[in-house]
Amino acid sequence: MTLLTTVFAAIICTILWYKKAPNDEMKIGILCYLYWGASLMWLVDAAFEYAELHAAYFTPALEDMANDLYLGLSVVALGLVLWLVILLIKDPKGVVKASLRKKK
Amino acid sequence: MACFLVPATEAIVVTIATQILIAQERKVLPRHEKPNDPEESDVEVKIPFSRKLRWLSNLLWGGSFLLAFEHVWHGEVVPWFPFLTAASDPADTAVMLHEMSTVGVTMAVLVTAVWAVMVLVSGAMMKKALRPVEVR
Repeated sequence: MTLLTTVFAAIICTILWYKKAPNDEMKIGILCYLYWGASLMWLVDAAFEYAELHAAYFTPALEDMANDLYLGLSVVALGLVLWLVILLIKDPKGVVKASLRKKK
Repeated sequence: MACFLVPATEAIVVTIATQILIAQERKVLPRHEKPNDPEESDVEVKIPFSRKLRWLSNLLWGGSFLLAFEHVWHGEVVPWFPFLTAASDPADTAVMLHEMSTVGVTMAVLVTAVWAVMVLVSGAMMKKALRPVEVR
């Protein structure tokens, strides 16, 4: 479930990036790298788990599935927080600088 | 248990290599092929290898960071010494090292293989885009 959640996040981010490419003012590329990198790594994890559990891998207990979904959503949220921090620090549109310079 | 440490180590090595390469490319390459030159136009004639290496380091850092969070979630990484719960017991340490040498190495290899495909495809696409158009 964690893998699936991250893969969906990666696909959505890639579509958003492609829509605006080559202009990446919102730094969506960062999210693509984050989620695709994690997806590839969890894919390996899933492959090793499948080699151990075989068909049982596809029929997890409801509690495990819910916990994995909770983890997946938390991972997506953490990725978004990291992206937001980088976006505000790099400030490609210059809006943070402009707001700080504003006197009123 | 600590499989993310393998791609994280690769990320450190690739980041250092990228920085060295950027410094070398700034000295050697002609102006239009230099990396990170804001004075230049948006259109690049050739993608510098340092930029391609940055794709790999971004993938590795991104994946390792989110996997590290997963390990914290499962209580395998803790904020106190020795930081890895498996490191406090010799039997668990052996399992951890085995996991790092199998799952961790495969993770690093897969990410690097995907990056290699990205480099090959982008190279072919650039070649195609730069091919002169035949005029009849």
